[in-house]
Amino acid sequence: MDDADDLTQLDPAYKSMLRLQLAIAALVLLVAATIAEVAIPGWTGAVWIPALCVAAYALIRVPLRRYHATGFSLADERLRVVRGIFFRTDTVVPFGRVQHIDVGQGPLERAFGIATLTVHTAGTHNASVSLPGLRHEDATAMRENIRAAIRRDTR
Amino acid sequence: MSGNTDDTPRRTDPRTFAVRAVSLLSQLVIPIMIGGFAILDEGEFDDMILFFLPLVLAVVGANILFAYLRWSRLTYSVGEADIRVDSGVLSRAARSVPYERIQDVSLEQKLVPRLFGLVEVKFETGAGGGDDLALAYLPESEGERLRELVRTRREGAVLEQSDDEVPASTEESRLLFAMSPRRVVTFGLFEFSLAVVAVVGGFASQIDFLLPFEIWDWRAWREQLAGPGQWLAGLGFLAQVIGGLFAVGSLLLVGVVTGVIRTVMREWDFRLERTDKGLRRRRGLVTRTDLVMPVHRVQALRVRTGFVRRLFGWHALKLVSLAGDSGSANHEAVPFAQMQEIAPVVAETGFSLPGHTLDWHRAMPTYRIDNFLVGFAITLVTSAVVLALGRFDVALLLVFIGGGWMALQEYLAWRWGRHAIDAGQLYTRRGWFAPDVAIASRGKLQSVEIVRNPLARMRGYADLRFGLAGGRLRIRGLPLVEARQIRDAVLDSMTEQDFSEIVEGQTVRA
Repeated sequence: MDDADDLTQLDPAYKSMLRLQLAIAALVLLVAATIAEVAIPGWTGAVWIPALCVAAYALIRVPLRRYHATGFSLADERLRVVRGIFFRTDTVVPFGRVQHIDVGQGPLERAFGIATLTVHTAGTHNASVSLPGLRHEDATAMRENIRAAIRRDTR
Repeated sequence: MSGNTDDTPRRTDPRTFAVRAVSLLSQLVIPIMIGGFAILDEGEFDDMILFFLPLVLAVVGANILFAYLRWSRLTYSVGEADIRVDSGVLSRAARSVPYERIQDVSLEQKLVPRLFGLVEVKFETGAGGGDDLALAYLPESEGERLRELVRTRREGAVLEQSDDEVPASTEESRLLFAMSPRRVVTFGLFEFSLAVVAVVGGFASQIDFLLPFEIWDWRAWREQLAGPGQWLAGLGFLAQVIGGLFAVGSLLLVGVVTGVIRTVMREWDFRLERTDKGLRRRRGLVTRTDLVMPVHRVQALRVRTGFVRRLFGWHALKLVSLAGDSGSANHEAVPFAQMQEIAPVVAETGFSLPGHTLDWHRAMPTYRIDNFLVGFAITLVTSAVVLALGRFDVALLLVFIGGGWMALQEYLAWRWGRHAIDAGQLYTRRGWFAPDVAIASRGKLQSVEIVRNPLARMRGYADLRFGLAGGRLRIRGLPLVEARQIRDAVLDSMTEQDFSEIVEGQTVRA
């Protein structure tokens, strides 16, 4: 984390959700690896071992890195979202520029009680900025927060 | 002329039906002619005409009947709060668009409607995905009236129903920029289209069997030239050169002429006026378009020029605006002018051109060097592959020419790409081949983003991307500290005003 000044961390449940998500992907990978293993004659493990390594990395390292790479802040009536492991983006949207707000929950997210907050702007670039891994109550509270700020500004 | 907002449904102009019939017939004429030729080829003309004529008439009749039904079933009504359109012959559709949602009204005249004095009125709602509501066709006066109506509604000054309403003609307008026929033709000369030349050239070599001579065959050219000037044939090589020059010259001529014709069609009698609703632009020879760009909706400006026209001082001014102008959100306000003609238009939009005292900054040299190194590494890999294939010469050429070109490219990009920020605006400038200056208002941006890839993190630079309604704006490869400074400065200006204040201009009126 290079610019972690005063960012809020996501909900820890996000790590578990990512892990489950990746576990499903890893399962698919392992099934494919098993088929390849059976189909390709030769030394047992030529496909299995690399596949297992990838799966282990994805399950142990990736959720942690993703979790630590993401942060947000609502200071000064601005939504700031920092994301990305490889390509780090640091996006700021002032509440006054928000057009509308979504709080979305996928099936996995619902199981862990977390949600994704998406704000839409009128800009061509960054038309929507999404922030995953918030507790559902927090996400709705943030939505109300931003909406109240918009209304206060326009009136 | 009376009755501003009578709720009675109206039909479009009856002549709409005539326009539709004319365009329908012109669409049908070609298939009928092709059919006719096919029949004539068959030989049994008399039998066939007996058989086909009723069929053709039936098809034409059915189409005209359907056009009539469509016309008679389409009504629009101008209400207190919205414009409603009911349409459909079999399935009926009713659409209502509130005045607040109408971003802009544009009038368009195509050739046939123009002959009848009709316009197509388009209500743009800016909801993404083009025009949401269009009325074809209305008399010109009615189109003007609707536009005035929507404009005044949107401004919030709700005129109560009154017959002494100000007619559109008294609206004061000030001419900002106009192009004389001479200017339009000069513009056309610069609009030389290489694409057209390529297409015509390709076409000529494709359909050369239709031409009485071989365009690409020098010997045939010599024979052609041998007719009138026997002495040319004797010159041999010179004749070939003359023939080649002639072929190239005629292609270039085609390119120039197409450029001029296209420009004349589009830009004829170009007029940009300042009205109390915004900047009004009219242009076009056959299809005359009439567009009003509300000044407070202008998000950014773009001043462009071309490689050749820059030498003569010709520039173009585009307005990046919220409401889309038939697809693109870039309105060409001044297509071809000298800077001193552009300056007053810029002043009218509330923006200002970069001054001489502006503190321009370049990208970090490290950024350009890294760009070059990455590109060069890819070139090296490619030439290693070529080398492995046993082509030593090609591999060497690739390294030297490719590397040299990339180094030059990055150097020029660094040399000419600049950015600056002042109290109210943000400027970027890029391109050495065709310089392009973008001017954005700090307060009218939507979001700010700092992006850094691994290389950028290692070497301490960053890209800045701004959310701009209707366009894109970015500054690449600037030092991280500077990126943060610009971001904070811009954010401070952004939070001073709410989005709706920017969009509506003067909202606080009621």
